[in-house]
Amino acid sequence: MNIIYLDNNATTQVAPEVLEEMLPYFSEFYGNPSSMYNFAGQTAHKLEEARSKVASLLGASSEEIVFTSCGTESDNTAIQTAILSNPDKKHIITTRVEHPAVKNMGEYLSGKGYRVTSVPVDSKGRLDLDYLYKNLSDDTAIVSVMWANNETGVIFPIEEIAQAVKEKGIVFHTDAVQAVGKIPIDVSSTSVDMLSISGHKLHGPKGIGVLYVRKGTKFFPFMIGGHQEGGRRGGTENVASIAGLGKACELAAAHMEEENTRVKALRDRLESELLKRIPNAKINGDTDNRLPNTTSIGFDYVEGESILLMMNELGICASSGSACTSGSLEPSHVLRAMGVPFTAAHGSIRFSLSVYNTEKDIDVVIEKLPPIIQRLREMSPFCEAGNLKLET
Amino acid sequence: MWEYTDKVKDHFLNPRNVGVIDDADGTGEVGSLACGDALKLTFKLDDNGKINDAKFQTFGCASAIASSSALTEMLKGMTLEEAEKITNDDIAAYLGGLPKEKMHCSVMGRDALEKAIVCYRGEPEKKIEGEIVCECFGVTDLEIERVIKENGLIAIEDVTDYIKAGGGCGNCHEKIQMTLDTIMGKDMSEKKKAVKLTNIQKIKLIEETLEREIKPGLKQDGGNIELVDVDGDRVFVKLLGTCAGCSISQVTLKDYVEKKLREFVAPDLVVEEVKS
Repeated sequence: MNIIYLDNNATTQVAPEVLEEMLPYFSEFYGNPSSMYNFAGQTAHKLEEARSKVASLLGASSEEIVFTSCGTESDNTAIQTAILSNPDKKHIITTRVEHPAVKNMGEYLSGKGYRVTSVPVDSKGRLDLDYLYKNLSDDTAIVSVMWANNETGVIFPIEEIAQAVKEKGIVFHTDAVQAVGKIPIDVSSTSVDMLSISGHKLHGPKGIGVLYVRKGTKFFPFMIGGHQEGGRRGGTENVASIAGLGKACELAAAHMEEENTRVKALRDRLESELLKRIPNAKINGDTDNRLPNTTSIGFDYVEGESILLMMNELGICASSGSACTSGSLEPSHVLRAMGVPFTAAHGSIRFSLSVYNTEKDIDVVIEKLPPIIQRLREMSPFCEAGNLKLET
Repeated sequence: MWEYTDKVKDHFLNPRNVGVIDDADGTGEVGSLACGDALKLTFKLDDNGKINDAKFQTFGCASAIASSSALTEMLKGMTLEEAEKITNDDIAAYLGGLPKEKMHCSVMGRDALEKAIVCYRGEPEKKIEGEIVCECFGVTDLEIERVIKENGLIAIEDVTDYIKAGGGCGNCHEKIQMTLDTIMGKDMSEKKKAVKLTNIQKIKLIEETLEREIKPGLKQDGGNIELVDVDGDRVFVKLLGTCAGCSISQVTLKDYVEKKLREFVAPDLVVEEVKS
C-alpha cells in the first residue's frame, strides 16, 4: 500500500542525501575521533564539518554546539545544568504545553523541593506572557519555553521572552525541536542561552540531538565521562548520526523557503478543504502564529483512535490528541491546557507535513476523510440519523 | 500502535448491528463524551423470551466499537437469564482478547447490558451505589470492588485498565490500593498481631522492614533513614540526606515510615525522630 505520511512532527523520513552521508561512517571510517592517527582524523574532521553545518542553520558558532543522543537529553541537560549552576535558586518556570522531556523534568524537580511555575495558555494556545513575567524572581534558576508546540504548531514569541528573562539575569532555554528546520532561527540575534534540537524531526536519523549553549553560559555536563564535546558531554561521538544531522541541517536551510511556501500551501489546502467538507470541525491553535507544516483539527463527537485506524486502512498516517491512542485515559495535556472541550479534544487529529508530501497526498485525505468522520458519527449515540444532536 | 486481534479489527471495520431498535424492549446507555466513550444498547425479545435483535451506537475507540459489536452478536438468541451471565471477560474472549489497557471497553459493554435488562424488567434504575472514589471518571467504591473481585485484579494500573478509576489526577490511588489490600487479605498487621515479638525479634524485624520497604523509596529522593533505638513500642529514627532538611519530613515519618512499620512489624508502633 502507498503510504501517505502526514505525521512529520512525530518523526520524519531520513533524507536520501542524509543516509548517503552516514553510510561510510558505519563501514569505511570507523576510527574514534579522539585517536591520534590520520585514519581517525577523517572522522574527527567530519564531526567538525557537521558541527559547523548545525551552527550555521542556527546562526550560532561551532563551539556552541554540543551533540547529545536526542532532544530529551538536550532538554534534560539544559534544565539540570541551570540548576547546578544556581544551587541557591529553587524556582523554575516552564509552560503547561511543553513536551514531556521538559514537563516531566519539572514534575521531577517539584518532587525534589523545587517550586515550578507552569505558564498557562489561552484557548488558541497562546502563552500568558504577563503571568510568565510576573513570576520571574531572584529565586528563578531557569525559564524553559518551547519555540513551537508539537501538537498545534503554535509558535511562541521566543525572542521577546528570552529578552525579558535575560534582563533579569535568568538563564533561558528553549526546546526548539519542532521549530528548527521549519522556520528561520538565528540565535545570535536573540538572548536565548540554550536551545534543543532533535535530528529525526528534520529528516536526520533518530538517536541524535543537539544542545546549543551560548558562549559564556555556565555549564555542568549531564552525561559525565570523557573529554568529548569539550568536556560538556561524555561518551564516544555517534559519528555517523552526527554526519547525517549535519547534512540534514544543510538540507533544512536549503528547503526553508519551500517549507514556508509549497508545504504551507499544501497544509492550508488540506485544512480549508476538510473544514469545508466536514461540519462541526475546528482548528486547534492560533492560526496567525503557526508552523507552516502543522494543523490540528478537532472533529466533534468522534474518537481520535477510530479515525486514525480507519485512515490507517488507507495508508494515511497522522496522530491524535485523543486519550485512547496513548493508553492514557485523558486527552492530551496541550488540548486540555487550551480548554478545548471534550467533544473536540477526543476527536482531534494532527496532520504534520514535510517537503516530501505532494498535492496527490492531500487529494487523497480530502477525499477519504469526510466519509470516515461521517461513518463514525453515524455510529455514535450522540447523533441521530447522521445529524449531531448537540450543537457546540 | 495497539496489538488488536483480527477479530477486533473486523468488528471495528465492519461493525455488526449498528443503530437503534425503535420499539426496543430494553435500552441501556452508559458513558459520556467527557469520558471518551459511550454506548447505547437496545434489544428486542421474541415471543419465546429470547433476544432476536440487538443494536448498538458507540462513541469511542476501535476496541469500544468492536466490544459493542461483539456484544450484540453474542446476545442474539439468548434468554435474558443467559444474557445476564455475560461478563466483560466473555466479551473480550469473544474478540480473541483485548489489550490490557482497553479492558474498560468490555466493561462498558457489560454495564450497558445490565442497564438494558434492568430497563426491560421495569426495575427502578439503580442509583449509583456506594461512594464516588475516582472523581475524574465518577467511579464508586462498590464498582471498584466488583471489578477487582470479578477479574482478580492486583494493582492500581489494572483497576484503571478495567474501569478507568485512577486514570486521571491520581488522587484516589491510595483509596484504590486500600480496597485492593482488603480484598487480597493483605492486612499484614492483623497477622502480626497474633504473634508476640521479643525485643530482639522486634528490632530485627524493624531493621528488615526499613531495609526492604522504606529505604529504597527514600533513597530515590536522595534521602535515608537510620534506626537509633527501640523502647517498647517507641521507635527512634534519624532522617538523613535530603530527608533531614525536608519540610515534609513529619509527613514522611508518620504517613510512610510509621505506616510501613505498623503494617509489617506491630500495629502499635510509634515512630519518633531523633535530631542530630
